[in-house]
Formats: sequence, structure tokens, C-alpha cells
Amino acid sequence: MKSFTYERVTSAQKAVNAAASTPGARFIAGGTNLLDLMKLEIETPQHLIDVNGLEFDKITMTEDGGLRIGALVRNTDLAAAPQVRRDYAVLSRALLAGASGQLRNKATTAGNLLQRTRCAYFYDTNQPCNKRRPGAGCAAIGGASRQHAIVGGSNACIASHPSDMAVAMRALGAMVETLHSNGQVRTIPLNDLYRAPGDTPHIENTLDTAELITAVILPKPVGGKHIYYKVRDRASYAFALVSVAAIVQPDQTGQVALGGVAYKPWRSEEAEVYLPDGANAITMHLLADAHPTAQNAFKIKLAERAIGLALSNASS
Amino acid sequence: MNPRKPSEDGFRLSRRQVLIGTAGSAVTAVFAKADDVQAVTRMETAADPPSSSHVAFILNGRRYALDVDNRITLLDVLRERLHLTGTKKGCDHGQCGACTVIVEGRRINACLTLAVMHEGDSITTIEGLGTPDNLHPLQAAFIKHDGYQCGYCTPGQICSAVAMLEELKAGVPSHVSSDLIATSAVTDAEIRERMSGNICRCGAYSNIVDAIREIAGGQA
Repeated sequence: MKSFTYERVTSAQKAVNAAASTPGARFIAGGTNLLDLMKLEIETPQHLIDVNGLEFDKITMTEDGGLRIGALVRNTDLAAAPQVRRDYAVLSRALLAGASGQLRNKATTAGNLLQRTRCAYFYDTNQPCNKRRPGAGCAAIGGASRQHAIVGGSNACIASHPSDMAVAMRALGAMVETLHSNGQVRTIPLNDLYRAPGDTPHIENTLDTAELITAVILPKPVGGKHIYYKVRDRASYAFALVSVAAIVQPDQTGQVALGGVAYKPWRSEEAEVYLPDGANAITMHLLADAHPTAQNAFKIKLAERAIGLALSNASS
Repeated sequence: MNPRKPSEDGFRLSRRQVLIGTAGSAVTAVFAKADDVQAVTRMETAADPPSSSHVAFILNGRRYALDVDNRITLLDVLRERLHLTGTKKGCDHGQCGACTVIVEGRRINACLTLAVMHEGDSITTIEGLGTPDNLHPLQAAFIKHDGYQCGYCTPGQICSAVAMLEELKAGVPSHVSSDLIATSAVTDAEIRERMSGNICRCGAYSNIVDAIREIAGGQA
């Protein structure tokens, strides 16, 4: 691990100020992904700003009946929160389908959103990876790509986003609240947090280096049946090949987001119009631009069947 | 990072301060006022002073205060600095669970957290759960049910299980809970899902589940 300096901050403004004024600074909260990557020297921050002391560990109601989830709320606590279990069950289910008990106890809401891909070539520093070393090439394209993205990728990168939580939040229409060192507070639709890889897969989100996620905002509950269905190689503690977050109303309308298929949770409001027509109809529209490799083309059919199962569970 | 090097007369925890000598680094004591300060070391890293920090925490009921390289994980501090080797290093990437310890009542992977991030925390390792003469009920249950073969994953399994049963009591649901709202029953399926962060390469899982179920009072 490369050497770095370390500070604990006591206010969000101090955190973003430190990020603005210190070269190579990174925020650290749970640390379960960042530290892992630092051990491999894939991440090499020169300075760590420990934000665990900030008071972003609460879940509160918003004025319009939604939920404000502090950036530091741990995955275990979010999954177990009574109002989440009752009104946003798809989120509880997604969180519980991810990682292990130990990791969920540490992992935070904001950290989960910003975790990096588990592409094996990103992790293997002997392999070319445009995300790790811009311009180096992509070993996944033409390599072992069974886990990788089938849509939204580029000729530079086909890495998928590993989060389950983000998939449910995307289906729920979540917004991300941030604070910038210039004092600006902004609210970003979760969908706009993530950047398509294009020619610059090393730039993964739209946040500034001096910008800190402070909360995730969920709109007021919409009712319906909440389903999170995750297909993976082991029954527990494995990343999704394909996952489906679905909120389905009695009239068969609703929201559907896919995990494991793209650089971000994959949802299309236009495609959701076809939800009452069934899994095949919505999948054809949702994955119309899919460009899979020979090894992961199965994910299109898998996604259709996973959506089909989610819809059938929702109507039973 | 400072390599592990035993002191000349071997390491022994005393009731007073313990100095750990390391070749090439000066050693001074910083705390010695209270009896509960067991091991206190200051590693002078004059070449790169800002890359180390001071941290104090409660470990197995005793207060420790030490200067650490910012890079050192809680796991490596436990094993290499404080010589509590019950907590095991398996994968060192949060995938196997051998390093599971309980921090502020919660099980975490000690390999995926920096020691310096535990200022003021209360930490329990397998050494703090029980002793050979006074076993924790789960330790006794693992022995009774032969919940291991080589034993390397066992401290992590037991620390994980102790905290997992608290999560169950607190009403935390799991991936296999059919009802998100109701408190989960203690079934084998629940135990297996909740313990999936602890890998046993010997495959002693069925006996591990038996041991945990006996303490949890659940049904097979």
C-alpha cells in the first residue's frame, strides 16, 4: 500500500475543504472497497479524509413524505430500518442480497453507490485496463466476460457496476444530495451520478473531487409489490449476473431496473410503458441497444426470465 | 510498514507498559499512568512523520494507545503489534471472514479497516470472548459439535456467530427471510445465509450450523 496522510473531520464543510485543498485526497467511510483497492495499489490516495464522524447516519422523513437516508447509514441499518422494510421493501431486499453480514455492517449508503467494478481485469494489475490505466486497452473485451456489461459499454470498457442497493434505488427514483467546497448543495438524479465509459472509463461519476455525497433522497412510497430478484453463481455472497428490482402495481404498471448488465443500474422509463405487456416486451425495449460479448449474450435471455419471474411473483 | 520482529527476550504482555523493539526504529513509551494501559509503543518514523497517527481503543476490556502507520489494518495491529493471533488472516480482502472481530457490538472484517479509524472504539476478539477455563457458550458448542477441522476459520466463525445472533435478536432480516417485517425464526437456512461471510475450506459447515443452532435455540 502506498503511504498516505490521514485526518478525521468533524464537519462536512471541513471534509470538502480538505478535499479541495489536498492533492490526491479521498474520502473514506466504510472503506471496504477503497482499502481493498489500496492494498492492490489500484487506488493510491495521498491523503484520506475520514468522514465517519459526520452526522450523516440518520434516516428521516422528508417534507413530502419521502425518506432522507444519510450518506453514512450502514447497509445493515438501512436494510433493517422499519420504514424501509415497510414502504421500500425492494431496497431492503436488494441490500440483503448483497455482500456479507460483516461487509454490510461497515458499508455505507454513499460508499455503496461509489464502489468500483469487480471486473477481474480491473483487479489484476498485470492485465491491461482502461479504467485503471487510461489508454492501456481492455482485456475483458475478448477475454473472460461472462460477468460483464451487455449494454451501455464502449470499445474501451465493458465493466459492470456491482451494487445491488443502487439498482433498487434507481427503481425507486432516488436522488443523490451533495455538498461542494464552494458551498453549493445539489440534488442529482441517481441516473445522472454515473458516467458512461465512452473513451474515459476511468471517470465513473459526475461528482467533483471537492464534492461529498451527504444523503440519498427517496420519493414518497408508491405502494405496489416490491421484488428484488438476483441471479448469481452462489446462493449467497456473490455479485449478480443479472438482478431485477421491480415495483409492480395491481394494474401491472410499475418500475423495473436491472443490475449486473451495465456501468450503472439499467432502467428506461420509456421501456416501462411495456411492462403490462410482459417480460419479453419490456426486455426487448430495455435492452434494445445491448451489445453483448459471445460469453455474456445469455444475460439478455436471463434478464427477460428474471423480469418474468419478478412479474409472476408480484402477481401471486 | 514495520515488519514483525520479536523482541530479544520474546514478547510477554505485562500489567505495565510493554515496549516492542524494532530494528531501526526508536521506541518510547507514551502512556503509562493507568494499570489498564497494557501495551504502549511509539514507533518513530521520522522519515515520514505524517504517515503515522495516534489511536486509542478498548480491546477486550483494556485500553490501548499506540502510534500506528496509517496503512496498517486493524487485523495487522491485532496480530503483529499486539500479538493477539487468535484473529486470523485468510484472504486479507474481506472475502473469507477469518479475521472477523466485533467492533462496537458489530461483526466486521478486521482486514478491511484501518487501525487508525478505530479511535475510541470498543473491540472484542476471540481472546476476549472466552478463555480455556471459561469458554464462551459458542466456543463450547463448537467443541461439542466438532465445528471445525483445521480450526483456522474458527475464531472468525465464532466471533461472527456471536454478533450474528445479536443481529437476529435485534430483528435484522436476511436474504432468506420470507417476511421482511416479522422477526426471523432461527432456522438452518437463516444461519447459513447469515454466516455466508465466513468460509470454511474444510467444509465443517453442517457441524458449525449445529453448534450455532444449539446456542440460538432454533429448530433444524
